Amino acid sequence: MREQLPALIVVVPLAAALLAPLVAYFSKTMVKLLTIMALLVANISAVTVLIQVLNEGTLNYHFGGWAPPWGIEYVYDPLSSIMAVLIAFVALVVAIYAGPFLEKDAKFKTGIFYSLFLLLSVGLLGMMVTGDVFNLYVFLEISSLAGYALIAAGGNRATVAAFRYLLIGTIGASFYLLGVGYLYGATGTLNMADLAEILVPLMDSSAVIVAIVMIVIGLGIKMAMFPLHGWQPDAYTYSHPAATALIAGVMAKVPAYAALRFFFFVMVASAGPVHKALQVMGLLAAAGIIIGSIMAIAQKDFRRMLAYSSVAQIGYIIVGLAIGNSLALIGAVLHIINHAIMKSCLFLVAGGVKWRIGEHLVEKYKELNKKLPLTMGVLIIAALSMVGLPPTAGFFSKWYLVLGAIEEGMWFYVVIIILSSLLNAIYFFRILENVYMKKSDQEVKDINSDGKFELPLQMLVPIIVLGLGILILGIFNEPLVSQIIQFAIPGGGQ
Amino acid sequence: MTPEILLDYRPLWAVLISLVAAILILMTGEKNRNLRETWTILAAFGKAAIVFSMLPLVLGGKVIESAPIHVAYGIILQLRVDTAGMLFAGLASFLWIVTSFYSIGYMRGHNEKHQTGYFASFAVCLAATMGIAFSANLLTFFVFYELLTIATYPLVIHKRDAEAIRSGRKYLAYTLISGQLFLVAIIWTYIAAGTGDFQAGGFLTLEHGSTRMLQVMFFFMSIGAAVKAGVMPFHGWLPDAMVAPTPVSALLHAVAVVKAGAFGILRVVGYVFGPELLGEIGAADVLAWFAAFTIIVSSLIAMNQDNLKRRLAFSTVGQLSYVVLGVSLMTPLGLLGGMFHIIAHAFMKITLFFCAGAILVTAHKENISEMHGIGKKMPITIGAFTIASLGIAGVPFIVGFISKWNIALGALQGGQWLYIVVLIGSAMLASTYLLPVAYMGFFKKSDKFTKYGEARKDMLIPIVITATISVVLGILPNFGAHFYDLATMSAQSIVHSIELIGGGW
Amino acid sequence: MYEFLTNSLIYWLVAILFLLGFFGILANNNYVKKLMAMNIMQVAVIIFFLILGQKLGATLPVLWGADTTVEHYINPLPHALMLTAIVVSLSTTGVALALLMRIQKHYGEIEEDVILRRMNK
Repeated sequence: MREQLPALIVVVPLAAALLAPLVAYFSKTMVKLLTIMALLVANISAVTVLIQVLNEGTLNYHFGGWAPPWGIEYVYDPLSSIMAVLIAFVALVVAIYAGPFLEKDAKFKTGIFYSLFLLLSVGLLGMMVTGDVFNLYVFLEISSLAGYALIAAGGNRATVAAFRYLLIGTIGASFYLLGVGYLYGATGTLNMADLAEILVPLMDSSAVIVAIVMIVIGLGIKMAMFPLHGWQPDAYTYSHPAATALIAGVMAKVPAYAALRFFFFVMVASAGPVHKALQVMGLLAAAGIIIGSIMAIAQKDFRRMLAYSSVAQIGYIIVGLAIGNSLALIGAVLHIINHAIMKSCLFLVAGGVKWRIGEHLVEKYKELNKKLPLTMGVLIIAALSMVGLPPTAGFFSKWYLVLGAIEEGMWFYVVIIILSSLLNAIYFFRILENVYMKKSDQEVKDINSDGKFELPLQMLVPIIVLGLGILILGIFNEPLVSQIIQFAIPGGGQ
Repeated sequence: MTPEILLDYRPLWAVLISLVAAILILMTGEKNRNLRETWTILAAFGKAAIVFSMLPLVLGGKVIESAPIHVAYGIILQLRVDTAGMLFAGLASFLWIVTSFYSIGYMRGHNEKHQTGYFASFAVCLAATMGIAFSANLLTFFVFYELLTIATYPLVIHKRDAEAIRSGRKYLAYTLISGQLFLVAIIWTYIAAGTGDFQAGGFLTLEHGSTRMLQVMFFFMSIGAAVKAGVMPFHGWLPDAMVAPTPVSALLHAVAVVKAGAFGILRVVGYVFGPELLGEIGAADVLAWFAAFTIIVSSLIAMNQDNLKRRLAFSTVGQLSYVVLGVSLMTPLGLLGGMFHIIAHAFMKITLFFCAGAILVTAHKENISEMHGIGKKMPITIGAFTIASLGIAGVPFIVGFISKWNIALGALQGGQWLYIVVLIGSAMLASTYLLPVAYMGFFKKSDKFTKYGEARKDMLIPIVITATISVVLGILPNFGAHFYDLATMSAQSIVHSIELIGGGW
Repeated sequence: MYEFLTNSLIYWLVAILFLLGFFGILANNNYVKKLMAMNIMQVAVIIFFLILGQKLGATLPVLWGADTTVEHYINPLPHALMLTAIVVSLSTTGVALALLMRIQKHYGEIEEDVILRRMNK
């Protein structure tokens, strides 16, 4: 059984996704349990694999017993293992959170929702752990399709947003596939490790250069890198509140991780074309950081504000890749983890507020600390983390990025990072001002206010768990970095 | 004379005790007011007990350290108690006790809202202040510095109305931006020198960078601290922050926050750059000019203010620059005077603010023009106000004189006569903007105050205590916590000279 | 000339097809037309892969007698991969059509500018 664990991480949620609509015919509670069980199994497997990988080294799982480079393999090195744990954990937390939102829906609809949710998780997990570039495309599309459908579940405007996202997303995936095609044409293999070997003398050939450009564009669209981010604000704003946390928190990070894999593991990062590509990406990301933060300040809808903020945050990760030394890469990986938790937490809070008072405009958030004290407390922690104040998690990932930038002498990025922290402070403190200070002119109506707790427990507990997670990731980031991340980045330890 | 280093966890407890209290306060809430206040009092006494228990060791020349905590790559948090840190911490912890009693009186007398948040934030602020005082390196200092900013924000916006929010925003803008500049300078230092550990006499030398680079670093670092210390032109947040309740203005904006800024300047000048290096790159002179400018201009502005708290705010701005001036003179007596002024000004200013708060709660008056003749009904309050005013002006036998005397002698030691003129001029200006208040309080006739009597006991007793201490320390500067000795030892360690000529008391 | 026709022309044609599809998505106002253009784009990529598998003078990859010389058979791997890609394209089209039906039902139109106007009112 233990040898099959690497496959189970992906296969169990997949099986559950296929079973969910059937089970839903019997009872909604059963399908909820099925989802949570499946994700729990995935979580436990992921953690077990992580521990095993840290002790014994990289784990390779060959599907069907076919050895690479002919077969498809899953590669579990420290980087993909920790990412798998991250996704499984966030998926589990959000799945629990989704419960109350689906109470009013018909049984079949609930089953479909959970099925899509599980498919999204499968796609993301698969993208993380696969060792084959075409397999990555397949999982990319699986997660994207599930994502489109989950976004569309949010209402009528959401359907349009989902359709437009579908068009752009497919363009992105096609670019990526084209890039993979060039790589295949040039090397004859699709296995990442094999590609890494064969590509070494080929790095300057025109086929590889075109491949790099295609892959940058493709992944850039998927992770909403400036200026390819146009789909993101609408998609995150109108998406079904139960799923937004997973989509916004995690789905945009996985292509960034894929970029890390491509440019540092598959290709040689110091080679001419890759280096130039990373420089360009870095500049675009820096522009995205500033413009994303400024646009966020101008927004009235909380979720749209968070969406523009995500554009900026992805920029940090790409800047980390662009700087390229081990400190900056540690910062980038740490920021992937931190931001996933932070953004998911923020979207959970937004969903919670929507649940309670039906509002998502920031100016209607007045005096929420009386109605939702714990939720707003978590909002404070998440806001402080996004701004980057110690000892929350956000400070430390920015710290590593700044250190990496200074070491390379790239003061430009230092200025950008610090400037954006101040910009983040503006719009986050404005929310906090509204929540804690302003008096509401009219009585804010409660839509759902049952029970002794401010929100149903299924929603409150995930919010608090993620909030505590931000604090824990911050305070204990040192063991995280030295035990795990240090071995995850290329070049091993520092 | 390398000090002996003792490993101990008391600095950590000093910081943590009020964090624990803050959580307890939040949990108790409005349900049981007396229990909630008890947490504050217990934490205050406990903190002071821990701090003062370390005093004999520090006076004996030893340094107490707690084990470093390795938080991230290059970030080592460590707490260390040396003479300068003990000075600041002793002051803050003692004054917290006094302010806590005063706060209870003020909050209940004025029937303030949001009291739980107030007391909890206050506790966190004091934890941050202890952290600042006991920081062993630049990064620890920065972490607690930012924590202080965050923790004081809820206190500044306490009233939650439009004016409070505006002042809060201004406060945040000033402090966060300067904090980022501070951070850049700190990172730069770490990269240039490989460490950020405070060392008496400084650890940076000309080998660590060109003169121009060191000057820019000093500039950034000073801005970070100078904003909190209210040096002009970065003082803008302080008068607006007076919208906060008076105990906040008293302890935080007369003692904790602004003194943290001054303490920061002390650490930067004395323990990072050091007098030798600063003399070589000539940067401290610029700081001294800003300080002198601030002293004069703030006094002039103070004379124009009718709102009592705003007048006291500008006075604080000026008085803080005494500390900055003394420290930037970099002579032994200048350093001694500057550091002792941290203590002296704290006691005097807190008395003044306490009186302002008492007048507000009892007679509901904020503006000086409405306070004529109030002394008849509130003699003790206005009497304490008079004593503190005389001290600010520099009258002998009150503690303010000692620090000014030393700063003046320090200026002489450095051969910089101009500053003595500045000191004398500002003393005269101080008497013109503070003493008339007392005069009008006692000697002008008015029928307006027949309804109210003297202030409440729980506000009056702290006033009397701090005023008395101002006088006692003026006669016996080493009474109690040996503040004078601590300041002397710190100055000595910075300048490495064995004898202090003249000066003292 | 002959070299160009045999070696490069097909790539140029695929590139033109790809760009046509891309342009179609951007330039059309009608959502269904955009969808069709998207399909064209995906087809272009599929054909690109298939080209990679071609060999001069080779036949279908079905074992012909005892002849096991590799050069006599075209590369089957791209074909297998592209089966997957076709399935992906199919599912994407299916989802897109479902979304379009929903949009049409609610907004009554499938022209983009009209929908955007009605959406943001």
